[in-house]
Amino acid sequence: MEIAQIVGLALVTTILLLILRQDKPVLAVLLSIVFSIIIFTVMMGKMASILNVMQELTRRAEVNYFFFATILKILGVAYLGEFAAAICQDAGEQAVAKKVEFASKIVIAVLALPIMIAILESLMQLMPG
Amino acid sequence: MNIDIIFRIAGIGILISVLSIVLKQAKKEEQAEMLTLAGVVVVLIIVVQLMNQLFTVVRSVFNL
Repeated sequence: MEIAQIVGLALVTTILLLILRQDKPVLAVLLSIVFSIIIFTVMMGKMASILNVMQELTRRAEVNYFFFATILKILGVAYLGEFAAAICQDAGEQAVAKKVEFASKIVIAVLALPIMIAILESLMQLMPG
Repeated sequence: MNIDIIFRIAGIGILISVLSIVLKQAKKEEQAEMLTLAGVVVVLIIVVQLMNQLFTVVRSVFNL
């Protein structure tokens, strides 16, 4: 019943945030950062087991491991960017949140470049002449 | 899952807001501001340590 713990923690944090936001908004933002970090850390343990299964599947299907590693990196960048952007948005800094999202999109595009090259190369091999 | 850190930070926040109300009543506005700043710095140190842990975990999970 891990979800019960998380729901309870979320409700308690919401109440504490409501109290803090009235006269100390900075501490409220810090508290919401801590809450996000706790949830993220708890979920990373589960994520690791999911990723282990996926890794085993790629090994059995004999897919190139490089592609799986790239997808993992993209997932990590996306999760971290989303995490930071949500906190910035929560604090009312829309511009900073948009910049973080922009940066994570560019980083993901750079990480995805080798896969695109590989697709184009296999396409060139398939095409006659 | 270490929940007590949330209670610790909320406690610091509530304590600081109460103390700064008391200081403002005693006409010590500057010291109230200083107290707020000190509380924010203390909590920020805790948050930075936690964030370091989180980044280490994420880096090891996703092989970043």
